[in-house]
Amino acid sequence: MSKQKAPSERQNSYVTADGRTIGPAVMEMKNITLRFGGVIAIQGISFDIHEGEIRAIIGPNGAGKSSMLNVINGFYHPQEGKIIYKGEVRRPLKPFEIAHQGIARTFQNIALFKGMTTLDNIMTGRLTHMNTGMLSQALWWGKAQREETENRAFAERIIDFLEIQSIRKVPVGRLPYGLQKRVELGRALAAEPSLLLLDEPMAGMNVEEKEDMSRFILDVNEEFGTTIALIEHDMSVVMDLADRVVVMDYGKKIGDGTPDEVRKNQAVIDAYLGVSHD
Amino acid sequence: MLYREVGEFKTSYQSDQQTFPITSDRLVVLSLIFIAFFVIPFFITEYMASAIVLPFLIFGIAALGLNILTGYCGQVSLGSGGFMAVGAYSCYKIMTSFPDLNIFFCVILSGLVTGVVGLAFGLPSLRIKGFYLAVSTLAAQFFLVWAFTKFPWFFNFSASGQITANERLMFDIPVSGANVAAPVAYLICLIFFVSLAFIARNLTRGSLGRKWMAIRDMDIAAEIIGVNPLTAKLSAFCISSIYIGISGALLFCLYFGAVEAGDAFGIDKSFLILFMIIIGGLGSIFGSIAGAAFLVAMPVILKNIMVDFLAWPVDLASHFEFLIIGALIVFILIVEPHGFAMLWRIIKEKLRLWPFPH
Repeated sequence: MSKQKAPSERQNSYVTADGRTIGPAVMEMKNITLRFGGVIAIQGISFDIHEGEIRAIIGPNGAGKSSMLNVINGFYHPQEGKIIYKGEVRRPLKPFEIAHQGIARTFQNIALFKGMTTLDNIMTGRLTHMNTGMLSQALWWGKAQREETENRAFAERIIDFLEIQSIRKVPVGRLPYGLQKRVELGRALAAEPSLLLLDEPMAGMNVEEKEDMSRFILDVNEEFGTTIALIEHDMSVVMDLADRVVVMDYGKKIGDGTPDEVRKNQAVIDAYLGVSHD
Repeated sequence: MLYREVGEFKTSYQSDQQTFPITSDRLVVLSLIFIAFFVIPFFITEYMASAIVLPFLIFGIAALGLNILTGYCGQVSLGSGGFMAVGAYSCYKIMTSFPDLNIFFCVILSGLVTGVVGLAFGLPSLRIKGFYLAVSTLAAQFFLVWAFTKFPWFFNFSASGQITANERLMFDIPVSGANVAAPVAYLICLIFFVSLAFIARNLTRGSLGRKWMAIRDMDIAAEIIGVNPLTAKLSAFCISSIYIGISGALLFCLYFGAVEAGDAFGIDKSFLILFMIIIGGLGSIFGSIAGAAFLVAMPVILKNIMVDFLAWPVDLASHFEFLIIGALIVFILIVEPHGFAMLWRIIKEKLRLWPFPH
């Protein structure tokens, strides 16, 4: 597909080790600096996320990874630098506006709507695609009903995909941790995001749950073609899943490249294993 | 068994999304509505209407409204009494300014006026949450009641400071004021109650309801998936105020006939409505109705038992009534903190397996 692209875009595309063609950059971060008072959380970081790739952000605790995701989806506004999304410089937007632009995310500690059922949680993911007026909803007539049914059909696709049919009508507060994580992924997927941010999707899981989740992440990328940026601490998972990895430490970027490149990078090894100071 | 939940296989999303997906439920509710419209009006007595049925319908509407705001959207409000006063006083102003306007329009318009007022008092919710918001709605309660007693324009400069519902005729039958016949008042309230309950159910099961619940359960996550907190919270405030305003207007022109803001719409009304939805179940339409029924019917039942049956003096009985209702509220909340709605759900789940739970 890269053959039809303009020359400048074709430069950006690349082919991964397993033979997938990755499109041009969907999001580019240019010299992002984020400060909280005197604390510098992110210091002049630039990197890009290409269409269709799985991009990992790793780094020791407190490196500024989650802050980076929060910058991407608008919780924090960086003091310096610019964010280019789909070829346009993004002005500072509120998080819900960014959601409408097609960025969805999951959280490190589960942020599901506990009082609602699995189905309702996934349907909330469809909210950016629903815009019936209040009157039609009040009477449950015409567009409201049609829209509800259409989006329900999509939500059911996600439910099938994640194999959570049996818990469709269970309030999520009652579900075990691993399933809650899965429902949260489902809610983010329901939005049909063009960029999906996963903040430690495997935190606190056992090996089996991790394997399941890895499978789902790969399948999402493959079947829906979703671009994914993820933060993860489990190195074996990151190195297996990611096409390219950004390494952060103390708010700075210390490495960027394919898993193999990053693994050999001396700065990365120092950051993770420590350096002797004698 | 006549009532059964099994054997129903939905083949379309539409049939799965119904309000009452179980056929038996649907039949029960439809027949209840039928009885309410076509049977009860012939039997209703003045005493039944004024003691139980009218207050139940009117406060049921208010409870539905507050449940939309507090139960579904998670914004605690103690201003319901004040908003009922807005409904009543705007109904009075509309009735006196437009003498020929149909009573239904008067009530709906006063609901809309209350909606606008509720919108204004909902603005602080964008900045403050929880108890702090409750306190700011408490301010609304006191401010509104104060305004209605302070500025004579609201009660058309009448000497008593009261507002009085003037008599309206529809098909030559009085439909407002002190002389409304019980069946007429009942039917008018019932029409509002049923249609507003229907609308509340539809709003809360659709995308707007999901926005509200998302804000209630976790506002940060709600924002991340694209819910605008401003419009979600304000729409909840507005719609809830419309409901409460309509109930205030009905209370004024069909139940009391003449009111004074301080007496009829004090802070005790705000708490009464809040108790209704807490006991009934937050975030449940059935819960609002059950809670309203409980808190309206219970005092009457207790009074009947104590005064008529046990022949206690009236003052003793009325004090005991407070004690017993207070104790019952505490008891119910200890047994089931999520109210009647949850209790009902649990009973149903248990009965599904009964008598062989293992």
